[in-house]
Amino acid sequence: MAEVHDRPPEQFTLRMRRYNPESGDAPYWDEHTIELEPHRSVLEAILQARDRFDGSIGIRCSCRQAICGSCGVRVNGEPSLACHTHLDAAKASARDGVIEIEPMGNMPVIKDLIVDMDAVHWKKIQRVTPWLLAKQPVPEREYLVPKEAMVDITQTMACIQCGACVSDCLAMEVDPGFIGPAALAKAYRFVGDPRDAQQRERLVDLAHDQQGIFDCTHCFKCVEACPKDVNPMGQIMRLRRIAIADQHIKDRHNGERHEAAFTTLVRENGLLWEAELLPRSYGGNSWFGKFAPAAGKELISSLPAITKALARGKVTLMGALKPHKIPPGDLKSVQAIYEKVEGREQRYELNLYITGQDEVPAEGAAVAAGAGADGGSDAAAPSGAEGSTSQ
Amino acid sequence: MPAHDVLIIGAGLAGQRAALAAAQQGSSVAIMSKVHPVRSHSVAAAGGINAAISVDDDWHSHAYDTVKGSDFLGDQDAIEVMCSEAPREVMHLEHIGVTFHRNDKGEMDLRAFGGASMKRTAYVADITGQALLHVLYEQLMKHHETVERFEEWFTTSLLLDETGRCCGVIARDVRSGRMEAFTAKNVILACGGAGQAYKPTTNGLIVTGDGIAMAYRAGAPLMDMEMVQYHPTCLVETGILITEGARGEGAHLLNANGERFMEKSAPNKMELASRDVVSRAEQIEINEGRGVGPGGAGIFLDVTVVPRKRTLEALREIVNLGRDFAGVDITREPIMIRPGQHYIMGGVKTDIDGRTPIEGLYAAGEVACVSVHGGNRLGANSLLDTLIFGRRAGEHAAERAAQMGPPRLDTRARLDQDSDELASIIARPRDGRRVSEIKSELGEVMNKHAAVFRDEAGLQSALETVRRLRAESEHAWIDDRGTVFNQDVLGAVELGFMIDCAETTLVGAIERKESRGAQFRTDYPERNDAEWLKHIDITAPQNGGGPRVSYSPVTITQWQPEERKY
Repeated sequence: MAEVHDRPPEQFTLRMRRYNPESGDAPYWDEHTIELEPHRSVLEAILQARDRFDGSIGIRCSCRQAICGSCGVRVNGEPSLACHTHLDAAKASARDGVIEIEPMGNMPVIKDLIVDMDAVHWKKIQRVTPWLLAKQPVPEREYLVPKEAMVDITQTMACIQCGACVSDCLAMEVDPGFIGPAALAKAYRFVGDPRDAQQRERLVDLAHDQQGIFDCTHCFKCVEACPKDVNPMGQIMRLRRIAIADQHIKDRHNGERHEAAFTTLVRENGLLWEAELLPRSYGGNSWFGKFAPAAGKELISSLPAITKALARGKVTLMGALKPHKIPPGDLKSVQAIYEKVEGREQRYELNLYITGQDEVPAEGAAVAAGAGADGGSDAAAPSGAEGSTSQ
Repeated sequence: MPAHDVLIIGAGLAGQRAALAAAQQGSSVAIMSKVHPVRSHSVAAAGGINAAISVDDDWHSHAYDTVKGSDFLGDQDAIEVMCSEAPREVMHLEHIGVTFHRNDKGEMDLRAFGGASMKRTAYVADITGQALLHVLYEQLMKHHETVERFEEWFTTSLLLDETGRCCGVIARDVRSGRMEAFTAKNVILACGGAGQAYKPTTNGLIVTGDGIAMAYRAGAPLMDMEMVQYHPTCLVETGILITEGARGEGAHLLNANGERFMEKSAPNKMELASRDVVSRAEQIEINEGRGVGPGGAGIFLDVTVVPRKRTLEALREIVNLGRDFAGVDITREPIMIRPGQHYIMGGVKTDIDGRTPIEGLYAAGEVACVSVHGGNRLGANSLLDTLIFGRRAGEHAAERAAQMGPPRLDTRARLDQDSDELASIIARPRDGRRVSEIKSELGEVMNKHAAVFRDEAGLQSALETVRRLRAESEHAWIDDRGTVFNQDVLGAVELGFMIDCAETTLVGAIERKESRGAQFRTDYPERNDAEWLKHIDITAPQNGGGPRVSYSPVTITQWQPEERKY
């Protein structure tokens, strides 16, 4: 039995961001000290403060067990569910020992910790045609579909719509119109569903939308934020792979070519050759790409940025003319990764429900999760678990 | 003033299913909920949904298991409806997108559940309720032109016209604080149970008996209110639920001596006996000093006997719950649990179409008592109940609406009354008790005296306490003086709802002088069919006095009461 049950209550101080829209005052900080066992949740602490000291503290909450998705907040700057964050962990990550609780980001605040999810999150969900467009004719009994497919989309079905991923999506911060992690994960729930009749139409729609699947910048924020292991960015990458590799969709905003240029440059040089990336993304995936009219146009329009980068030493003339050099052995290792990934009979898709460890990884076998930045889902996958879920 | 053919209060599974069914019939439909629909507590249902879809199965077997599970208090006509319609409903859910787990042939897989004579439970990992709720919400988004949604609107009371017909509700927009009257030809209550009247409970903070109390206040009878289910596997400290699916997958229950004590009370079904039986067996172990953990207050649930891979695939949510809420890796070590308040079998009395005795008022789901669960609900029958009777209520209300004109009534008086009531709560001086204190005491007294084992003295003292708390609640004060998202004032209204539910539960439990299903009276330890094979109906007092008790017969179609053994 874990020892947590014997730990005595301790005092914790909460610093909450408060905002009363009726007062005419700016948001302010409000501190309360409560007493609870250290493994209890931040939500329980807020509720204790509300019950004992100030019933006007606004927070949506219900289930207390990370399933209803109501209590998304920022704890010490990180998006989380209040009910899913332990007090001891929150205290440890606090700047000054005081647990700081704020409303989520990227959404307007209504009151205290309550944000307007309709204005942002739900609007984006609506954008992806979030219902099954079922194959016809509808069978008398259930659709017969592979077991793996259902388990696979159960990962995105497990999304509780809490908004934590939306809160800290960096791409959305820059481009509020970005469809975003939660809604695109929801889109995968249908694209991955063998019962859906319009998978291609959905992908065409999301690929051609400038704020669709190619607007994600791989920052991993949503992966970290998600309390349910939905892995929204991973789902976005899967949508891209299906759109590009299976459906051969060439989107009008060069998302597909950008990705191709990226992988080609890394394969050839071991590292990204930044100066080549833009012309190839627009003009075509070869050295001659820069002479294509589309690339020329884009290069000219980027001149101010290029000049600035040159002036500040971010790029050099040599860097523009020649790729970065890495030792030949390293280059070989990089290319071996490509060969391994491309040599698979089936594309390897990381999904926790399918590839979830059957056995605990051996001691010291550190999981190189961060290394799989782009299409490198195999990096984090335990070997031998491929594609099988049956017991 | 918004006016609709069918107005649904509550947007969990029963409410959303009712809304979709009514819209399908061409009615103008509105659905209203005090929270966003996907926050509804149906989301927490984990294990699955029962239906006789296997070729070896037969709905009669499902019905018999349900009758037996109810300790023969369930109405068999209603149980027949639920079980015979179950396969079609589950197929419908599959067709609209629920990601049911498959077997190797690609058909829906089924798992074992308590009190069932065969594997009959369809599931989506252990997030079945969430998957169902989110898929129904997908359909609501799809049908946004025919179903109008009022999300985060809190219903304060039902509107009745002079003839006593239900014609709408008064509600408060939580976000703006604005009060408004909604009229409708029919109102369907689908706003869940009253678990928050207990502390601890598996139920969410929003489950406060709103619909039960509003119907009761409007004159509708409540039925089987004494029947309160304690789920056998809840985390000791927080009351958080560990799904019955764990035992369905083969997990064991162990006492301090490492014994599978279910051998004594259910030698055949063992851990998969019905919930009342398992909870009682656990409580006996705890009471007799064979419990585990601090104070011997718990029982071990041992999931390590389930293959690890299967646990990770089919019980992922409780792996997370164990890790995050108890610090236990359930695939490696047993987890400490105990019985905890989970569900109320009772509720607003309805017929098999969801109609209450008040014309124009329907109820479906946990708020209602059809009664398909009788003295004890089987696991994975609650999701089924919400969907079958939600749909039936929606269809019936729509048909009825098509044959009648819009209601005519003056809503002003009631609107003013409710607005004044809320304003007066906000304005109360701070000289009584806090709402939160009263709520806490209510939960504790219910959990102490109206739990797994009950007796006359305990129930009477609890009733006395609840009546004192009612008096105190009428002067209880709050902090929030605002209108935007004033959750504080809504908490005060909810407290009143919970007190109504608690009082009727106690009155019913005192009245029923026998032991049946979830009601175990240590002073009347036997089931007594001669005197108590009947429902207890409770109606609100008129002109003072306590709740009024009457009886109604149990409908028996093909299964005569017999001794119940697992």
